[in-house]
Amino acid sequence: MTEASTATADGPEARAALAPEVMTWDSRARRVVTLYVPLACFVLILLFPFYWMAVTAFKPNAELYDYKTYNPFWIASPTLDHIRHLLFNTSYPRWLWTTMLVAIASTALSLFASVLAAYAIQRLRFRGSQYVGLAIYLAYLVPPSILFIPLATMVFRLGLFDTPFALILTYPTFLVPFCTWLLIGYFKSIPYELEECALIDGATRLQILRQITLPLAVPGLISAGIFSFTLSWNEFIYALAFIQSSESKTVPVAILTELVSGDVYQWGALMAGSLLGSLPVAIFYSFFVDYYVSSLTGAVKE
Amino acid sequence: MSVTASAAWKNVRQEPGWLTRFFDWKPFLVFICMLPAVGLLLVFLTYPLGLGIWLAFTDTMIGRGGEWVGLENFLYLWEDPVFWTAVFYSVFYTAVATVGKFALGLWLALLLNEHLPFKSLLRAIVLLPWITPTVLSAIAFWWIYDPQFSIVSYILVDVLHLRDTYIDFLGSTWPARWSLIAANVWRGIPFVAICLLAGLQTISPSLYEAALLDGATPWQRFTQITVPLLMPILAIVMTFSIIFTFTDFQLVYAITRGGPVNSTHLMATLAFQRGIPGGQLAEGAAIAVSMIPFLIFATLFTYFGMARRKWQQGEGND
Repeated sequence: MTEASTATADGPEARAALAPEVMTWDSRARRVVTLYVPLACFVLILLFPFYWMAVTAFKPNAELYDYKTYNPFWIASPTLDHIRHLLFNTSYPRWLWTTMLVAIASTALSLFASVLAAYAIQRLRFRGSQYVGLAIYLAYLVPPSILFIPLATMVFRLGLFDTPFALILTYPTFLVPFCTWLLIGYFKSIPYELEECALIDGATRLQILRQITLPLAVPGLISAGIFSFTLSWNEFIYALAFIQSSESKTVPVAILTELVSGDVYQWGALMAGSLLGSLPVAIFYSFFVDYYVSSLTGAVKE
Repeated sequence: MSVTASAAWKNVRQEPGWLTRFFDWKPFLVFICMLPAVGLLLVFLTYPLGLGIWLAFTDTMIGRGGEWVGLENFLYLWEDPVFWTAVFYSVFYTAVATVGKFALGLWLALLLNEHLPFKSLLRAIVLLPWITPTVLSAIAFWWIYDPQFSIVSYILVDVLHLRDTYIDFLGSTWPARWSLIAANVWRGIPFVAICLLAGLQTISPSLYEAALLDGATPWQRFTQITVPLLMPILAIVMTFSIIFTFTDFQLVYAITRGGPVNSTHLMATLAFQRGIPGGQLAEGAAIAVSMIPFLIFATLFTYFGMARRKWQQGEGND
């Protein structure tokens, strides 16, 4: 709807109304130059690193370091050597498993905490609930870079250092504020009359939450869930500071600290590792694009 | 059917058990509902924030508790040229990358707001750099910036013949700084573009039609309608962007680790280097705490500088 009308605003009719002689310059050529060419450049630049990652991951070493005889943009004889090396000579599967575990556990924990908090703030409306909401929102603005040193000392004293629990318990610090804020927005969009009906019918508050509000907020829950999963999958600084042993590292940290060794970088293996590490999120993403977009923009708009 | 219905009705009329009533008592319910979220945030966010500020005034090291030393850490940092380089580069990095991200992101959002085929596919592609783990795309950039096998150098030298020598992207100060900023802009464009696109789609098309009838040029329509109406969302996105660019860690740590000769350290990477591998927890905490005034200033500046217009338009402020 919006697109159509803005298109007409810039389209041939408008031009003709303003100045007929402009029509001599074909409006279609104009559209190609001002719209499609810049857009193609954007897409090309945004996608190039991924293409380059994929090409490098499947190239044999002989081609990788020889741009004179082989065209670097293409693979003459694709190979799975780098991926095989990654899967069988390193603990890569183990890292993937740890990352998955941490991401799922911290997402579940954050969703649980956020649903209850958002429900209390938006629906129970106790005195000062607005300020609690604001405080939770401000908590999202505290970046992990400021917190990781004191958190490292805390994690050490709690005896969680070098265990997945260190990550599962600290990731909610940035997931809970985000999820709560997103879910407050969703709960706001559910008509309050539905809950009033249930109250009159004698349902308790927790029954209302479980049987009426939550089923209606499923899209919001999915958005918050996949977003939290992505954020925990991508998290780096806590995982770098709190995990020491090679076995229990997460994928982003392990690739950077375990695969980069010595002076000669194994670029093929590094790129294969990056590609495989991005894949779960990318697959997730391809299924739920609209939820990502709505949660991204929803969180900002609220 | 009717029998079960009447039975259920009778059940409802009975007084609920004391446990059910207790869980329906509002103060208790609020307490129970807020407990997990507030508990987690107090223990793992508020307390560490305070602890971090306290640590900055002690001489704590890894494996040894610290004593109060007052401003000693900050006085030491005041004399430390590496710290000032990090402060300078953090501000420079944030300023340049934010301008780049918002200029290109706004342009991309305007392009995507046009009537296009495969629009949702395009939007999905555009968001991809933001979804993939930053470290992993940073490693791809590290490979793109390789001194010997950089594909950018290959295109400039061997394909386009614009240069004679390969560029040493990460070997010297300024090229390394600009390379990191380019990688940050690449990663930041999608977020900005998608958020601003959402803002653009909320602008009513009738405003553009009215302006068109009044004879406004495309540039006037952009500056008089699009920009003012986009301002509230722009302020919020910019606040977020500035905070997370200023405290960025992953890109720099993955690509240069602060090198060459500490010239690309951001405050976050310097805090990490001094604090965790270096063992000087107190000094790392002091560097991290020095970021807070910059963050507060940037937040207040963007928020009050730009969001003021929101109230002028008579929208409810939430």
